[in-house]
Amino acid sequence: MKTTRLLLGSGLLALCLGASQAQAQTTLRMTWYSDGNEGEVMTDLLRRFEEKNKDIKVVLDQVPFKAINENLPVQLASNQGPDIARVGDLGGIAKYMLDLRPHLQNPAYFEASYGPFLSWMRVPGDTSSIPGYMTQLTVTGPFVNKTLFEQAGIAMPGPKATWEDWAKATKEVAAKVQAPFPIAVDRSGHRFFGIAIGQGAKVLNDKDEPAVIDDGFKRAAQLVYDWHKAGVMSKELWGAVSGTAYRGANDEFKNAQVVMYMSGSWQIGQFDKTIGSAFDWVAVPTPCGPANCSGMPGGAALVGIKTTQHPKEVARVIEYLASEDVAAEFYQRSLFVPGHLGIAKKGLDYKDASPLGKAALKVFSDQVNLLAPAANRLQGYVNNRVIFNATISRLGQAITGESTLDEAYKRIASDVDQQIAERNKK
Amino acid sequence: MPGVEPLPKTTARPSIVAWLGIPFVLAMRIVDYPMRALQRALGEQRMAYVFLLPNLIFFSLFVFAPIVINVIFSVTGGPALFPSERPFVGAGQYAYLFDCGSYLDPSTCREDHFWRGVANTFRFTASQVVAMVLLSLLTAVVLNMKIRGRGFFRAVYFFPVLLSPVVVALIWKWILQRDGLLNAGIIGLGGERILFLVEPGWAMFWAVFVSIWAHMGFYTLILLAGLQAIPSDIYEAAEMDATPRWRVFLRLTLPLLWPNLIVVIVLALIRGVQTFDEVFVLTGGGPGTATLMIVQYIYETAFSNQVQNFGLAAAASVVLGVVLCLLTGLQLALSRRKAA
Amino acid sequence: MGTTLSRILTSRRRAGRWHWTDVAAYTYLCIGVILMFGPVAWLALSSFKTQAGLLEFPPTLLPLAQKEVVVDGYPQPLPLFAATLEDGTTRHLAQVRRIGIVAQMVDPSDPSQQFRVPIERRIPVREFSLATSNYTEPLQRFAFMRFLGNSVFVTVVATLITLLINSMAAYALSIYEFRGKNTAMVLVIGTLMIPITIILVPVYLVVTEFGLVNSLWAVILPGAATPTGVFLLRQYMLTLPPDLIEAARMDKASEWQIYWRIVMPLTLPALAVLAIFSIMWRWNEFLWPLAVLTKTEVYTLQIGLNAFQGELQTQWHFLLAMTMVTLIPVAIVFVFLQRFITTGIANTGMK
Repeated sequence: MKTTRLLLGSGLLALCLGASQAQAQTTLRMTWYSDGNEGEVMTDLLRRFEEKNKDIKVVLDQVPFKAINENLPVQLASNQGPDIARVGDLGGIAKYMLDLRPHLQNPAYFEASYGPFLSWMRVPGDTSSIPGYMTQLTVTGPFVNKTLFEQAGIAMPGPKATWEDWAKATKEVAAKVQAPFPIAVDRSGHRFFGIAIGQGAKVLNDKDEPAVIDDGFKRAAQLVYDWHKAGVMSKELWGAVSGTAYRGANDEFKNAQVVMYMSGSWQIGQFDKTIGSAFDWVAVPTPCGPANCSGMPGGAALVGIKTTQHPKEVARVIEYLASEDVAAEFYQRSLFVPGHLGIAKKGLDYKDASPLGKAALKVFSDQVNLLAPAANRLQGYVNNRVIFNATISRLGQAITGESTLDEAYKRIASDVDQQIAERNKK
Repeated sequence: MPGVEPLPKTTARPSIVAWLGIPFVLAMRIVDYPMRALQRALGEQRMAYVFLLPNLIFFSLFVFAPIVINVIFSVTGGPALFPSERPFVGAGQYAYLFDCGSYLDPSTCREDHFWRGVANTFRFTASQVVAMVLLSLLTAVVLNMKIRGRGFFRAVYFFPVLLSPVVVALIWKWILQRDGLLNAGIIGLGGERILFLVEPGWAMFWAVFVSIWAHMGFYTLILLAGLQAIPSDIYEAAEMDATPRWRVFLRLTLPLLWPNLIVVIVLALIRGVQTFDEVFVLTGGGPGTATLMIVQYIYETAFSNQVQNFGLAAAASVVLGVVLCLLTGLQLALSRRKAA
Repeated sequence: MGTTLSRILTSRRRAGRWHWTDVAAYTYLCIGVILMFGPVAWLALSSFKTQAGLLEFPPTLLPLAQKEVVVDGYPQPLPLFAATLEDGTTRHLAQVRRIGIVAQMVDPSDPSQQFRVPIERRIPVREFSLATSNYTEPLQRFAFMRFLGNSVFVTVVATLITLLINSMAAYALSIYEFRGKNTAMVLVIGTLMIPITIILVPVYLVVTEFGLVNSLWAVILPGAATPTGVFLLRQYMLTLPPDLIEAARMDKASEWQIYWRIVMPLTLPALAVLAIFSIMWRWNEFLWPLAVLTKTEVYTLQIGLNAFQGELQTQWHFLLAMTMVTLIPVAIVFVFLQRFITTGIANTGMK
């Protein structure tokens, strides 16, 4: 007992001493997750920042993505958060974000470069704050294994083709070359809306309240449901796990088992690296529905956190990273679609990418301009993850036969209502 | 008297233990002074409280207090983290959980995932406990035979116990996946590929299988301990009577093994109900919700959704706690009666 | 290993004669060896495969990688294939590039000879090769030694605390008769059933209250009072002869002395078992440290090694390799302590 106390005491003491050593310069903590090599790129950029700004030290704390969605909100709610964090759920975290505007040298630059995305990071009603910048803009869209089409001797549908055209073509290709997945779609509500928006789903009503189940939504749900019945999609993705769990088909695609893979721009980096010359893969514009040919935007932002002791320094770090040259280098080396209007307009030269990768990045960058208003509104909606989660969870159950589509619609609507009601309980 | 025999082993242990022993002995000697003083003040029997105290402090801080907070969570709502900021909703969360058309059909419940979790956990635990007891008993009996390399085989069966649930699940997921080792074997033998984790029946089977694979060694050793504690003269007597071996097993061995079997059943039962990470990493609760366990439901309700619903999760965990307590009470009562 | 096996295989119940139960027993045990060790061995082999090798079906047993050759006139090494030519002969050719479904290939020994081969008529030539970069790449990215040190600290200190306080509590609950004993027992058994997963948020609040977030103590302390440990040790201490303690009391030994000089040594096998379990629990802990540790300098190995798990992909080659890394201490504990574990529970405990 006594020894325990002693141990405890000395341990705590040691920790306190350790913590107080680094007071000479300001140390900022940045919580970061990586899908590819962007962590290394960020480490480089921060090192360069520190050389120019000797009074600030930024420590990059890399965590698994799981921690960003599940643990970071709890840490933020208990005031234990970092100074800066890279987050994907912009709406959900918005209330913890720091408004950098008063500390920025050039807020107008942020408005001009990141303007439309800043509203994704704001709580409803806020029209002015600048919480951070986009480390990455993503767009959903399909990748196609062109070599499989060639081997099957079937022509690829053209740029304005519909999902129905693609389903038919990929099914034929898959049958000829014996690929198990004609179409694979990530198991993710976000990707589902990448199809549903084109089918005419509006998701929100005029008052910005969720009205998820409409004809467009149903058309998309029916489409996906029928694909599973007809063998165009395999149950291995949407049917394999429960709840909101994500499941991708990147390994299957890399292994030439998928003819068309509906995912998004973030896959380019690893496809470029791992597929090599094994087959030709191309990104194609999102197939069209009756409403439009839009995918879903998304992305991650690097934001300051309200509880930081050093708002000025946080602003300096973010202002440096968000500056045009630095941001451009970051996007370019990570093979990301730029979330910066100026850079997007000029176009980026992805030096490290292969011709296939470059072509794909071009396709996705062009898709940004084709996004439907409904898609942008949904991405900016503060509770969008509630909608995504309910959708994927319930559609998954319908696809495995645990419920009918109609039941799924009812449950999606009631899940969304219940969670938003819970959020609004004060 | 099983406790006394291993002593000679301790004396034969190498000198590292002695080196570790010196600070230990010193610390213990020093602690003896205040302890003696306490003993003088409290008396011999009440020293029990002193011995209990450190554990109790940890229990109260990190188990009891959280349970109390959990109960508070369960009667409050909203997204706030600190109990003081959460509005009181009475039995609202419980009412929501129990809002069912029929408790036997989860799809009639408002919170159907909870009830599917309950049903799955029940099925999982029941089949897992039965299979676990039978298999570990069989293994213990085999290991108790006069066999060369017994120590080696014991170790082999125990090995997976040391792996973390996540690793266990990962290993098997890697084997069971579409292009995994098992499917390669099946196709190599001319069979058809089976999507083990996509067929509900298979997924549940593998969840149970993997859980048994991982934990069987522990239960086997408990039973083996019981088997070895049975004095051999009993068997000799039976052998002289020429009683068939299976009858010896049923009439003599099993009753003598009963206390160990109780331990195995209780622990396997509790573990089964608590199952989470193993199955979660293996199947993700799927296909559909076929292997969604109740603890996974609680975890996801609290963490995975955008609105982290601590209230509902806490209510579900309180329900789970009550059920577990009832189960254990039942078990204890049963074992008492058997023992008496 | 070989000799052990052969000895195992040639031994039998009574010299000279095989009883059918022996055959059954050995068959059962050998299947057991394959079933228990096989999956782990498979993991180990897989962790040395390249990303492409992992995707292959049917999977190869050993890690193989495609052979590359340097051909005159080409700056990069070229992948080597066994190509079946139109005349039916098979030759080893290096692939220069692939255009659609046709590969352009050269003979490595005579680069002037060019071939056009349909891609389905060429098979990669492979050789045994360990993809050690699965290990080195992530390990270089992180402060591996730091994480290892943290993990070891947590594991050792937590196990020591657990052994001490659990054995004290078990001692109280097995030797004494006192008021509230039953309540205490019920509480112990009750908490046996609370998985930390379901009280994660409240425990987090308690830890925050103590200001322990981002301290290793936040990982060590909450799990120190394990109900399983108390239960296990108590069951074991109940088997100790009461006379022993009475005799010590006659000799004027203090209660504390009885505890550490008499009961503790006698409980050693059970303590060893608990120690091993505690080591495993602490070493493998993931969800809880992930919630309370957010700074790199306090990461444990399990968190550090999982940090490459992104939102959108599982990098299997890293995941398998890093899993192997976390298994190494487990393997060491197993090799050195397995005798302890098996005889610890088996010879005595849990009655």
